[in-house]
Amino acid sequence: MARITIARAAQETSFYAAVTFFFVLAAFPFYWMVITSFKTDSDLYNVTHVPFWFNDPPTLGHFHYLFEKTLFTTWLMNSLIIGLCVVVITLVTALPAAYSLARMTGRKGESLGIGIFLTYLVPPTLLFLPLSRLISEVGLQNSMWSLVLVYPTFTIPFCTWLLMGFFKSIPPEIEEAAIVDGCSLFGAFVKMALPLSLPGILTAVIFTFTLTLQEFVYALTFISSSDQKPITLGVATDLIRGDIFYWGEIMAGALIASIPVAIAYNLFLDRFISGITGGSVK
Amino acid sequence: MAAIAESVSRPTSRFRFILDRRDVLGAIFISPAILYVLLLVGLPFLLSVYFSVSAFTIYNPSWQFVGLDNFNEIVRDPVFRKTLSNTFILTFGSQILGLILGKFGALLLLRPFPGRKFVRAIIILPWAVPVALATVAWQWMFDSLYSVINWTLIALGFITREQAPNWLGSTDLAMLSVIVVNAWRFFPFAIVIFLAGITAIPQDVLDAATVDGAGFWRRNYQIIVPMILPIVAIGLIFGIVFTFTDLSVVFLMTMGGPVDATSVLGYKGFQVGIVSGDVSHGAAISLFMLPVLLVVVIGMLRFIRRREI
Repeated sequence: MARITIARAAQETSFYAAVTFFFVLAAFPFYWMVITSFKTDSDLYNVTHVPFWFNDPPTLGHFHYLFEKTLFTTWLMNSLIIGLCVVVITLVTALPAAYSLARMTGRKGESLGIGIFLTYLVPPTLLFLPLSRLISEVGLQNSMWSLVLVYPTFTIPFCTWLLMGFFKSIPPEIEEAAIVDGCSLFGAFVKMALPLSLPGILTAVIFTFTLTLQEFVYALTFISSSDQKPITLGVATDLIRGDIFYWGEIMAGALIASIPVAIAYNLFLDRFISGITGGSVK
Repeated sequence: MAAIAESVSRPTSRFRFILDRRDVLGAIFISPAILYVLLLVGLPFLLSVYFSVSAFTIYNPSWQFVGLDNFNEIVRDPVFRKTLSNTFILTFGSQILGLILGKFGALLLLRPFPGRKFVRAIIILPWAVPVALATVAWQWMFDSLYSVINWTLIALGFITREQAPNWLGSTDLAMLSVIVVNAWRFFPFAIVIFLAGITAIPQDVLDAATVDGAGFWRRNYQIIVPMILPIVAIGLIFGIVFTFTDLSVVFLMTMGGPVDATSVLGYKGFQVGIVSGDVSHGAAISLFMLPVLLVVVIGMLRFIRRREI
């Protein structure tokens, strides 16, 4: 009896040890962000201090500096504007496209849908050279509007695929009944399919927005003026003077930009997974 | 009755008649998306192919055709050959590490325990948070002087301060660091994919196997692994594409250095094509990603088809 209990205890301990390992592995860099952003500089840059907690009292100095002495609020606004514009462009193009693929194009639509989704896999590092030439042709070089133009190239394929799954999950009888009652095909889409897929549309909005926040390569390639940068690019490349990294400010900025994305992902994770695996998982 | 009769006899214009044909409206609905993709993915791609066989630079924007000269020059460059092999090492290293961590993590999270939801929420973070921001956090953890990793190693007595490694400044360790960061970013995604696949397996299949005498390993490798393979393959394809073509992690952590030890295709294309303005050579370097991407895409198509059967 005693031996069984000990074996069980050992098993439990190793299980929780493994969980703790994964937890720390995932969380430590973020813990490090938090602790760095609230530490005083004299505490940060002192190798004799234990780095894991506060040796001096925590400070809001880095946040003050970030909001008052840097372009952080401009970057925040830029990201917001870029995100909202891309959301609008994406919805206007992806909603009808997804509906068409789900309802109106049959077998041909299926291959077309896969084709559109595959463009999501075309990497920015393959397209940034020609795109930067095209952007300077239309006079958008070094402007945040270039990102509004380019980001839909990956948000439209992604959202078309995601929304197609949602439209397919609505029973077609509902729209057919509306059409029998005298509704046009277009009317059935606007009055029946769209309201019924509101959860799907919300998911598409959230992911479009987070995808624009996460993007780095196009922003890095197209934009060099500090006041045109989106938040990720600004925080990662603009808080450095010569060789000196402003670690407190960088970590504070990274923390602020990460929180909304982290929350969005956790809330919408299941829909994201069923989206990219093509609805094969319920 | 009256309502039905009314709606049938409502005058319909010719315009509306056309819009009520499924194929016509379907084509109108999908055309904006297709146009957008053709103009800003298809056209740039063709342009990129043309750049790679031209002499185009931003200082001398000539469209002169030079055949395969650019490719010949690139392949003869030892730095490029190093870049190519670095890209493969980085991709395979980080994907294998990420998959192993993902499989074990998923097995742990399958079992109910107090606080599982919270643990899952935290474990998602490396994948959810914008890559550039997570990377700067790692860059700070790998700092040459204030590295928390080194501090811990010293405090535990493994090394002295004189022996403390410069993670991003020595050739082997820099590559290792970049692999670790990429694997760290990928493993939560792998966990989620594994979990999604495993929970989709009907419990009665597993029960039946248990009754028939299949043990843990047998259930694992003869039932679970084959059944989740299509989903895992899709996840792996995403992982490979995003790691193989990555630029952000290398750009922020090492700038391809020290001495090209972490230079990868995405970074090299950026360095040559954007920073140095040699668009034609940059485009040729980027196009070396294409064969791998094609293989991956074909794999993807096969798995999507298999899923539908």
